[in-house]
Amino acid sequence: MRAGLFIPCYIDQFYPQVAIATLQLLEKLGVEVVYPTNQTCCGQPMANSGFEYLAKGCNELFIKNFAEFEYIVCPSGSCTLHIKDHLHDEKNEHAAKDIRNKIYELTEFLTDILKVEKINASFPHKVGMHQSCHGQRGLKLSQMSELVAAPFSKPLQLLKMVNGMELIGLSRADECCGFGGTFCVSEEAVSVKMGKDRIADHIAHGAEFIVGADMSCLMHLEGILKRQRSNVKVKHIAEILNGE
Amino acid sequence: MSSREKILSTIKNNQPEFAEVPEIKKFAPFFNDACEKFVEVFKSVGGKPFVVKTQEEIILLIHEHFPDAKRIVSSCKEISSIADDYTITDDPHSFENVDLFVIESKLAVAENGAVWINDNDIMIRALPFIAAHLAVIIHKQNIAATMHDAYNKIADMEYGFATFISGPSKTADIEQALVLGAHGPKTMTAFILND
Amino acid sequence: MERTGHHPQLAEHFNRDEPRVNWHDETLWFIRSKRDKIANTIPEWEELREIASQLKNNVLSNLSEYLIAFEKNATRNGVNVHWAADAKEHNEIVHSILQKHGVTKMVKSKSMLTEECHMNEYLEAHGVEVIDSDLGESIVQLAKEPPSHIVLPCIHWKKEEIGELFQKHLGTPAGNADPQFLTNAARLHLREKFLTRKVALTGVNFAIAETGEFVVCTNEGNADMGVHLADVHIASMGIEKIIPQRKHLGVFLRLLARSATGQPVTAYSSHFKKPRIGQEMHIVIVDNGRSRQLGRKEFRNSLKCIRCAACFNTCPVYRRSGGHSYHTAIAGPIGSILAPNLDMKQYADLPFASTLCGSCSNVCPVKIDIHDQLYKWRQVLVKEGYVPAAKKVAMKGMNNILSKPSLYRTAGKTGRWFLNHLPFFVKNKFNPWYKQREMPEAPKQSFGEWYRKRKV
Repeated sequence: MRAGLFIPCYIDQFYPQVAIATLQLLEKLGVEVVYPTNQTCCGQPMANSGFEYLAKGCNELFIKNFAEFEYIVCPSGSCTLHIKDHLHDEKNEHAAKDIRNKIYELTEFLTDILKVEKINASFPHKVGMHQSCHGQRGLKLSQMSELVAAPFSKPLQLLKMVNGMELIGLSRADECCGFGGTFCVSEEAVSVKMGKDRIADHIAHGAEFIVGADMSCLMHLEGILKRQRSNVKVKHIAEILNGE
Repeated sequence: MSSREKILSTIKNNQPEFAEVPEIKKFAPFFNDACEKFVEVFKSVGGKPFVVKTQEEIILLIHEHFPDAKRIVSSCKEISSIADDYTITDDPHSFENVDLFVIESKLAVAENGAVWINDNDIMIRALPFIAAHLAVIIHKQNIAATMHDAYNKIADMEYGFATFISGPSKTADIEQALVLGAHGPKTMTAFILND
Repeated sequence: MERTGHHPQLAEHFNRDEPRVNWHDETLWFIRSKRDKIANTIPEWEELREIASQLKNNVLSNLSEYLIAFEKNATRNGVNVHWAADAKEHNEIVHSILQKHGVTKMVKSKSMLTEECHMNEYLEAHGVEVIDSDLGESIVQLAKEPPSHIVLPCIHWKKEEIGELFQKHLGTPAGNADPQFLTNAARLHLREKFLTRKVALTGVNFAIAETGEFVVCTNEGNADMGVHLADVHIASMGIEKIIPQRKHLGVFLRLLARSATGQPVTAYSSHFKKPRIGQEMHIVIVDNGRSRQLGRKEFRNSLKCIRCAACFNTCPVYRRSGGHSYHTAIAGPIGSILAPNLDMKQYADLPFASTLCGSCSNVCPVKIDIHDQLYKWRQVLVKEGYVPAAKKVAMKGMNNILSKPSLYRTAGKTGRWFLNHLPFFVKNKFNPWYKQREMPEAPKQSFGEWYRKRKV
């Protein structure tokens, strides 16, 4: 199986260890992983700010980089959702549609395509799971607390395979952390307050680590945790699943 | 062009392609016993339910629970011995000092503790609202399971005014603290006749 | 005093008192939790939402015919039907009815439409006293404020503050902040108004095309108290309140209160069909931009709204910014997709007052795609030029880098570009990221650099 690895720009620039863990994890599971080196960004920062029409260049580049693969895998629910919902190209709509259908967020790729049932990883810590909204409500990686429906969670299903980990519960299982792309600066006060409240919920339940499938939310939470000089750390799920 | 014509023509131009009215399928009630459920929910909305066997019991319960009631008004024959009757021509303002209004409802709803009251029966629309306390007599067999069942019964009913009442008047506008007796009755009692 | 400004500034001001934000957030989360609890008792909940959504789709697709049928049936029932193209006409119609009866005092139950039309201000300017009879609305009216929530108008007020307000206006004893006591004080105060007012105005929750009747839902019974004691009943309704048949109320009344407050149904669901003997009944059907919104393909679903406010209670931004930060009659997520239709310039900030988390769309009983519409409004507002020009320059620059791999790599290597543009990374007090958050640490090499070395 050959998969194109799509690494969001902020992971590439600030959290390379998350991308490395994703790559190594997929290779361990027998996937031939190719990282098209000309990739940049999905265009979401522009689109969510209302400038979707400017994202043409990003879209064309994305199609050029990823059209050839059977699968595209990305360790971010938010960027995956953006491609799934908004990748278009007037001149090449067929290829755009094809990509929208074959892009997967990492955890859903592991549970739904690779059908992973065992993970050789250990993480002997108390961990709180942050359900990032775009992955959860957009890609439906986990059941949403608003709906009257049976619960499930793809990331939690994977975390439960990790040795020694204790998953803590939360008072609010899936409230937004307040990152929200440019919202984090345009609505700084509310954004930070939302982040502080999420962190307080995790800490109140004894979390040593806040784990998520979207590094953007974690970057925001990490920024607040560090300012608070907290010992609680953030980790991307790929780093844990790839850990020995 | 009048506003009416202007509004209607804009709507006509702008409304989307016709979409069918969906079927409301028959949902099985999510509880077994409609009377039991009504009692449970009616309590939860601040009501006081009593399952009774005879109209004498109702009169006794009224004496017990409303010992200070000076003015009891009702057109129900069951309690005519203790209540004043009234007519449709009475001024609604004249009921301002009613302590207890008693009415029979021919339809109640188990899932939400509501009872259906219409002006064919009550004549004076203000009465269930202006009285300090409200009591309703319901025959057990008249309790429908859900609102769908209830509306199936009243789909073609003729009335000028009708209302579903579920418990006493209430508000939680001050810090979400529930207070009974906002503007209407401070209590609502249901006598469920199991005869 | 009302503050002015856009959502970010107003929300920042709200956040200066953090314990109060916590209290506001917890109070509304409590209502969201009650909603979850009761929704989970109904196995067919999601099916009901779907039926309600489809019913509203049908209504929007056949609205002109339904309105004509409603008018015909209501008229046959002895009701006077009026049409108002906009807020001004609505207010003039109400005023003319009052003038006809020589009345200068009116009691009113909650109607968000009259808030939207700023009717109270209009009538007061014309010498008419309007008394809001919903407890929450009467509190904000005494405080000379608009409601901050469409179902819970004074949810931003603490009981001690209400105690002081009542002391000042109703003469209640100082220091008494007991909700039971204060509610009773309001009851006594308003009962006198109910008994003496000749005209009562209500909103409309549902209007039934087939029968010409309309339904008003309250918990306090204030709509009924006003109307049944008044000689004249005026009901104001938006064109979108129509539903086809009476039996469809079964669907909507099962959803409305459960979604709104977690109650199984409101205490009163009153069906008004004909005026009582000797009474006069008027219905004012108001457009005020709704027919225009109906023509916006991407936004017309907002007209399906039944005003339950579930999207307010679940919205993490609303809970932490307060209703007044939306500076419009209908706040919250639904207000943010309704307001730009009324005035794009004035409300251009509102679709951006969201993280697009999507919780609003999930609780919506008529399944409005609220968060998708917020995204779509952003695109429209940018295209129509309602976003600052500097933002456009920045976005163009960002796009230029991000669509050219070689520029992206150089920019990344020097680090400077990202620290300036992504958009959070300058360590100074002017950088909103850094104000309350640390920067991510820049690693020695990017993943791209690591990968290229690895391959070699």
